[in-house]
Amino acid sequence: MTLKYLLEKEFKQFFRHQFMPKLVVLFPLMIMVLMPWATTLDIKDINTIVVDHDATGMSGDLVQAVNASSYFRLRDVTDSYEQVADAMEFGDADLIVEIPSGFEQDYVRNGSADLLVSINTVNTTKGVLGRAYIQMLTAEFSAREPSPAQAAPALVPRLEMFVKNMYNPLLDYKHTMVPGLMVVVIMLLCGFMPAVNIVQEKELGTIEQINVTPVTKMSFILAKLIPFWIIGIFALIVSMLLAWLIYGLWPVGSLWNILLFAGLFILTMTGMGLIISNSSSTMQQATFVMLFFIMIFVMMCGLLTPVASMPDWAQAIAAFNPTKYMVDAMRGIYLKGSDLADLWREAAALAAMAVILNVWAILSYRKNR
Amino acid sequence: MREFGAFVKKEFYHILRDRRTMLIVLVMPVVLIILFGFALSTEVRNVNIAILSPSPDPTVRQIAERLDASEYFTVTQWLSTPEEINDAMKSGAVQLVIAFGPHFSGGMLSPEGSQMQMIVDASDANMAQSYTSYASGIISAFAGELAAAGDENGILTQVQFLYNPQMKSAYNFVPGIMGLIMMLICAMMTSISIVREKEMGTMEVLLVSPVRPIYIVVSKMVPYFVLSCINLATILLLSVFVLGVPVAGSLAALWLVSLIYIVANLSLGLLISTMAQQQVIALMFSGLLLMMPTMLLSGMIFPIESMPWPLRGISCILPARWYITAVRKLMIQGLPMMYAWKEIVILASMAVVLIGASLKKLNNRLE
Amino acid sequence: MEKEIVIHADRLTKQFGNFTAVDRISFDVARGEVFGFLGANGAGKTTAMRMLCGLSRPTSGTGTVAGYDIARQHEKIKRNIGYMSQKFSLYEDLKVWENIRLYAGIYGMKDAEIARKTDELLERLDFTRERNTMVKALPLGWKQKLAFSVSIFHDPAIVFLDEPTGGVDPYTRRQFWEMIYEAADRGITVFVTTHYMDEAEYCDRVSIMVDGRIDALDTPRSLKAQFGVHSMEEVFQALARKAERTE
Repeated sequence: MTLKYLLEKEFKQFFRHQFMPKLVVLFPLMIMVLMPWATTLDIKDINTIVVDHDATGMSGDLVQAVNASSYFRLRDVTDSYEQVADAMEFGDADLIVEIPSGFEQDYVRNGSADLLVSINTVNTTKGVLGRAYIQMLTAEFSAREPSPAQAAPALVPRLEMFVKNMYNPLLDYKHTMVPGLMVVVIMLLCGFMPAVNIVQEKELGTIEQINVTPVTKMSFILAKLIPFWIIGIFALIVSMLLAWLIYGLWPVGSLWNILLFAGLFILTMTGMGLIISNSSSTMQQATFVMLFFIMIFVMMCGLLTPVASMPDWAQAIAAFNPTKYMVDAMRGIYLKGSDLADLWREAAALAAMAVILNVWAILSYRKNR
Repeated sequence: MREFGAFVKKEFYHILRDRRTMLIVLVMPVVLIILFGFALSTEVRNVNIAILSPSPDPTVRQIAERLDASEYFTVTQWLSTPEEINDAMKSGAVQLVIAFGPHFSGGMLSPEGSQMQMIVDASDANMAQSYTSYASGIISAFAGELAAAGDENGILTQVQFLYNPQMKSAYNFVPGIMGLIMMLICAMMTSISIVREKEMGTMEVLLVSPVRPIYIVVSKMVPYFVLSCINLATILLLSVFVLGVPVAGSLAALWLVSLIYIVANLSLGLLISTMAQQQVIALMFSGLLLMMPTMLLSGMIFPIESMPWPLRGISCILPARWYITAVRKLMIQGLPMMYAWKEIVILASMAVVLIGASLKKLNNRLE
Repeated sequence: MEKEIVIHADRLTKQFGNFTAVDRISFDVARGEVFGFLGANGAGKTTAMRMLCGLSRPTSGTGTVAGYDIARQHEKIKRNIGYMSQKFSLYEDLKVWENIRLYAGIYGMKDAEIARKTDELLERLDFTRERNTMVKALPLGWKQKLAFSVSIFHDPAIVFLDEPTGGVDPYTRRQFWEMIYEAADRGITVFVTTHYMDEAEYCDRVSIMVDGRIDALDTPRSLKAQFGVHSMEEVFQALARKAERTE
């Protein structure tokens, strides 16, 4: 069995390398310890400035309400717009509330008063949420201090709405990101490392020597793949342990399913890495090609922004993204306890890609040309 | 100066000869900016929802129709027992279930009122909140119409959206994508430039030549600088004409800050190159260890204000963070250059420090 | 007694686009011969050798190595040959014994046999001390000797050597050629490219390639007689002058 000797070689080379073994430990560590904390889209503490032209008891109450809300961070209250005109430009405020003079008078006499709000909507989420928060605040405010001029409504339909957050009752964004970041860890390690591996042997010239031996394509490629499968599973286990230690997160669903999906996904990524490695002539080329795909895989997998929010043509492209299936599966197993009956589509898609890419990888390795 | 010219020429030959790498480097930004410019979005759209109603009810049907008619939601399932909720969610078929009690229509006008529950798949915590607030917005509006309390009462907020009145996601994401793409390409290209010569043994030749190390470093950067300028130009053209994100401010200021950013990243790559012993190390370092922090900590997607302070600290050492802030100001908000002076100064000092560090590293090798 | 032919080339040609690297070369090499394959840089030596080793497919023409067709049975050829490329090709990050073990294992040798033969080899080369040395730490001459020993470790019928003594000092070159003769004595056919003309004198027969064609093929003695000169150096100069191709 020549495979044994080839595997021995790959492992020795890997463990002797001055950087790779460190990378396999440090990379999951960096991603799992640091990154989940950063990944909230939740907008709290919108920097807010109130320009109070009215300066009455009621406008003061409104300022107090803004100050008390956890959604806004009141940076300043002034009575002239000029003073704060460029606050938004300098980035000191993202929301400016202007209370016009005569606010209290209008509200008491006519039952309605205007409030002017400007929001910096470069970040659209901030815009949408900022508007929702301020409307919520004013609705509460007018419910608390109803205008005497307002006629009591005859019959208001009463509707109570409750929200139940399934699988993640505290809406902890870290729990959302952790299973997905595990996928990123595996993807980057099992994508980049094989991608440079064969090219490196090409650049060093050692592949020539292997190619004049009777080694079969199958055992050569297997010897290249197997170490990365082990590395991938190792990195996954490290990440899972870190997730449990730091975030108290352990899969609700079965560990075997996680292993199954990780296996399929690692196969897909390593197969792809080897195809790129086989068809590149320099390491730089291989890395750039892999980088190109990895960027698309990360950005279009539903981890950072939801796939459903993409335009239809982009969703069609995302349907060929193995990472998307893997992120769905990991989130499902980790948080929802999904099993194969729920995730068979994802499993089938990954299996199909794994088979195609690995057959391709073996075919694309040419011992002579 | 003659030697310097020859050096620059040699570096250009290296790039021009490797056609495939050059093609990738020039085409990659085009594909990525178009793809991400359209695809990255956090707006609520096409969310699959299920309605749980124990008995047929006209009001429930109306609410469902109202939800379905919005661009945010698509009603894909009707459930009749609560047991079905978990199944529908576990497979990811629906993200939100709206459950109505029995006799919903009748109850609404009775003094006790009616009850409904929104069960949301919070495994995506970031979006779950948006789903429920959008849905409750639609339902409250519907209830408001039922009450026929059409008069304008209470406090009327008039909201003005500044800088991005059409609320296009691209306005938010384009600066980030620019920062990410430029950083990875610049840093990766230069990160192997010196270490490759080390591996091939030609670095010794350069070091024994009478050329001063500063010229070696600069000559390595010049060709990649030119390539990056081409990339910047294509990115800007695409974002204006394809993505519809105009350059609201001064184009000159935008170019200035971008050029400083490019130099900073090229120097970062060079520093990696002088430190690494092998090409693999340089590539893994610039590919793996730079990409994720830049993607997640630079504010391109996740707002920096919401991060805990240690991460805000880390984000300060990322050139991309300052560049993205500056581009948001100069390109999207259309502010004059003086509003971005802080970012420009920080980026410029980063560039100087990085070049200085790689020179020092290179000099150390000589002794 | 008719000598057994182990390498046979018949109008072998390799084209890269419009460029004809190897142009209809024909020759035979007999078992146990030390066959020198000479030519200036860019004459097409390495390309020709790569075709014989099954690394490169001929554009036209036929050839057999160890009785197998080079176009169709290249994997069978690979079982019967050893190869040492121009670029140093052992794994620098593996130890001496590990490199030997890897290649021996690839050729299907068993662990016990590998261990025994490794000891023998290291003994013979006076290399036992370096058994656990990382290959990158060895001086170039030793690396080359080791690479050659590894290429014939599995007792192939033929060994192909592509400029094996490039950059090596004269003393080590002498030692290297002694190793080549030892291998030939064991019945291994040696096919060697070189541009050291003194080395050409050591060969049983030499062929000289110019611009992708074989311009001369005979024993060094007959070649010198044919050109009326005293050294292979002069034979080579006479032929190389006709070359149109430069590197």
